[in-house]
Amino acid sequence: MITETQAWEVLHAVPDPEIPVISVTELGIVREVLARAGGLHVVVTPTYSGCPATEVISQSIHDALVAAGAGEVSVETRLAPAWTTDWITEPAKEKLRAYGIAPPGGDAPVGPQPLRFVPRKLACPRCGSTDTTRLSQFGSTACKALYRCQSCLEPFEYFKPI
Amino acid sequence: MTQQTPNPAHIEYVTRIGDNALILGQRMSEWCGHAPVLEEDMALANMSLDLIGQARMLLTHAGKLEGKGRDEDQLAFLRIEMHYRNLTLCELPNADFGRTMVRNFLFASFQVLLWERLLASSDTELAAIAAKSLKEARYHAQHAGDWVVRLGDGTAESHERTQAALDYLWPYTAEFFAANPTDEAIAAAAIGPAWSELEAAWEAAVVPVLNEATLTVPARTPFKSYGKFGRHSEHLGHLLSEMQYLQRTYPGAQW
Repeated sequence: MITETQAWEVLHAVPDPEIPVISVTELGIVREVLARAGGLHVVVTPTYSGCPATEVISQSIHDALVAAGAGEVSVETRLAPAWTTDWITEPAKEKLRAYGIAPPGGDAPVGPQPLRFVPRKLACPRCGSTDTTRLSQFGSTACKALYRCQSCLEPFEYFKPI
Repeated sequence: MTQQTPNPAHIEYVTRIGDNALILGQRMSEWCGHAPVLEEDMALANMSLDLIGQARMLLTHAGKLEGKGRDEDQLAFLRIEMHYRNLTLCELPNADFGRTMVRNFLFASFQVLLWERLLASSDTELAAIAAKSLKEARYHAQHAGDWVVRLGDGTAESHERTQAALDYLWPYTAEFFAANPTDEAIAAAAIGPAWSELEAAWEAAVVPVLNEATLTVPARTPFKSYGKFGRHSEHLGHLLSEMQYLQRTYPGAQW
């Protein structure tokens, strides 16, 4: 058996399957870890409704905790409160940038926006130039948009604020 | 909640919202591998995923409300055509990219308003799904709105085709707001709005973008469609025959 604190330590090492440089805890999707008789109960929240990584994440969490000797592990998916990119930790945002994904801007609006909203200039995660342009609202996954840097000409992804 | 007597209006209302997401998600996914550019191929596939994710949550919820043990897969894949409650607009063929974008714009703008109202639903599960889905619908509306302006205010051909798409789709939007006893019961129970309440806000959201796109907003006509009441166009059956193939051929198959 392991304690809740030890369980969090284990989860800090479970990577997000799509973006392996950050952990599931840094992504902010692990909401609760509760000790129970004979094991642990973990509450996770999905990022996007259709995110195909959600089931892999629940399985990874389960497997990591069982391997660490947690006993019986149950993983519950809870929708409310809805996940927001504000829950991504500050160190994780830097890791995203280093990985080539522009992190969600802390000052970017997450609520209602004018429909014809033109996003502010993002800094390229590779060269830092703000001379960038959006190629598509949706990148390789629903949570990211696709941009191109006009200075270094590299494409990059932007983790959209939600 | 599941211990209570099932409320038919409640099941119907949640099923309508779930079927809208399911059928448009399935329809839009036909673009996968066929979109005009790679970026839009990925965008359409990702938006389909969002919608199918929403449909999973909503149909799971509808199944629990019903209390007959039907899960999301049984509801998605084993109903017959007349038991689907999606808006007719969602099942219409994609046609060209312009019509696909106009449809997404008209529908996502509606979905945004519906989710906003459902945040305050007395059904806490539905409110939770709304909070999740609203964030996604806003991006869908923004994406499609950008394209409607780009195509409408684009070349002579893109303008003509976008206007033709709007002319074709617009009559089906009347169905969004058609009053019915289910909506009345739902509004009375504070589960959600009667969709007719959303009409003014929807027009206020949609018309300025269509104007910016230099498109002419068609006049309302007597045409009526009835998909949300289970009376569908000829297009739904064809869609279902493909979508349901695996579960019909290999009942209970899982992967």
